[in-house]
Amino acid sequence: MKISTTPRNKIRLWAVLVWLLIWQAVSMCIGQEILLVSPVTVVSTLFELAVTGEFWLSIASSMLRIVGGFMLAVVLGVALAGLSAASVRLRELLLPFVVTIKSIPVASFVILVLIWVSSRNLSVLISFLMVFPVIYTNVLDGISQMDGQLLEMAQVFDIPFGRRLRSIYVSQVLPYFRAGCSLALGLCWKAGVAAEVIGIPQDSIGENLYNAKIYLDTPRLFAWTLVIICISVLFEKGFLKAVDCLVRRLERMG
Amino acid sequence: MPDITNISKTYGEHRVLDHFSFRMEEGKTTCIMGRSGCGKTTLLRILMGLEKPDDDFGGHSELEALKKSAVFQEDRLCENLSVMANIRLTCPDRTKAQVLEEMGRVGLEGCESQPAHELSGGMKRRVALLRALLAPCDILFLDEPFKGLDEETKKKSIVYTAGACQGRTVLFVTHDEREARLMRAAAVISMDKEAADSRVSLAGENEACCREG
Repeated sequence: MKISTTPRNKIRLWAVLVWLLIWQAVSMCIGQEILLVSPVTVVSTLFELAVTGEFWLSIASSMLRIVGGFMLAVVLGVALAGLSAASVRLRELLLPFVVTIKSIPVASFVILVLIWVSSRNLSVLISFLMVFPVIYTNVLDGISQMDGQLLEMAQVFDIPFGRRLRSIYVSQVLPYFRAGCSLALGLCWKAGVAAEVIGIPQDSIGENLYNAKIYLDTPRLFAWTLVIICISVLFEKGFLKAVDCLVRRLERMG
Repeated sequence: MPDITNISKTYGEHRVLDHFSFRMEEGKTTCIMGRSGCGKTTLLRILMGLEKPDDDFGGHSELEALKKSAVFQEDRLCENLSVMANIRLTCPDRTKAQVLEEMGRVGLEGCESQPAHELSGGMKRRVALLRALLAPCDILFLDEPFKGLDEETKKKSIVYTAGACQGRTVLFVTHDEREARLMRAAAVISMDKEAADSRVSLAGENEACCREG
C-alpha cells in the first residue's frame, strides 16, 4: 500500500471512514463473521493479540528478515548499477539475470528457493529477489539519464571523483533511487509475507496468517493483514523520509 | 601561454574551423568575436578538451596541462544543490564567508541556501559566472557569459567580471563589441569568414589573429 504525500493522492480521513462504515454495514448484513469480519472485531482481535509476546516476536522476526532482504538488495542493486554503468560487459552479463528475476512469478521462486534454503531464510531471499531488479534498473536508468553537460562541466573544472560522485552523481540519481525504493518497499512486504505463508517459518507473520487460514479464524486473518499494512506503510514512510532528509542535506550542503 | 595553431574541425561536410591559429597573451583577456555558427563555441570546446579536432593542433599538450575554468553558454548548475554548494564545487578551499562576500558583489546575497532550481535565469547565470571566477585556474574560458542578463545586471556583472579577470589569462567569446571593450580585452579576434584577415584591436595589442588555409 502506498500513501503518497502529494495532495492529489493523499488519503483523506473522511474517505477512509466512509469505507470502514461500508465494510461494517456489509459485515452486519451478512451476519457471519467467518465470511466477513467487521472492522470492530478486527480491531478488538488486534488488541487481544498485541498483549501477547508472540505477536511482537512474530513481527520482529518477519521484519528483520524482510527488511534484511530489502537492505541487501538496495546495497547490491546500487553497487552493481554503478559498476554496470561503467562496464558494458557487466551490464550485458546482468541483463538476462535481471529480466529473468522480473518475469518469474513469486510462487515459483518460493517453491524453488525452498529446495535450496531453510524456510527461516526464505523471506530474506524472496524480498531480495523482488527488490534487487527494481533498485538496479532504476539506479542504472538514473545514471544513464545523467546530464551530459554537467559531466562536461566537471571534466573542465577537473573536479575530483569523490566530490563529483557526491555533488553530481548522487544528487542526479537520488530521485530515481527514491522512486525505486518506493515501488520496491511495497513489493518486498507482499512477496516476503507470501513466502512466509508458503514456507511457514516459526514465529513469523506468515505462520500466523497460515494458522488463521487453517482454523478459519477470519478475525485473526484480518488483524494480521492490518498489521502487515501498518508495518509496510510505516517502514516505507520512514525509509523515504530518511532518503528525503539526505536529499535536503545535499541540497543545502555547501 | 602556448600559441594555438592549426585547429581544424569538420562536421560531416561542413568545415567549421580551417587551420585556425591565434595567440593568447598571458594574464590578459583575448576576445573572440564572430557571427553565430562561425565556430566560436567549437573552438572553445576543443581548447577545453571537450571536442576532438580533426588533427592535433599546436599548443595542445601545453594547454592540456593547464588548470581550466569556464562559463558555458548554458548555466550547467547542479539543480538540486544550493547556490553555495554549486559555487564551492569548484573552489572548496574558499571559505563560506569569502563566497558570501563575492555573492554580495553580484547581487546574489541571501540566496546561498536556495537550490539552483529555484533561481531565476539571471541569478543562475551569475552563479555560473561566480563558480568560474572563484575557481583556481590558469586559463578561464568565457562563452557568452552575460547572455540572458538584463541591461543593468549585465553592466554590473561585466564590471565585476572585468575586475576579477585582471591579471588572468581569459578567452572571452561574445557577439557584442561593447562587452569586449568593457571587459578590457587586450585583443579581439574576429572569426567571421568574410573578415578572415580582420584584426580588430581595441587596445592596440592584437597581433595574433590569423586564419590560414
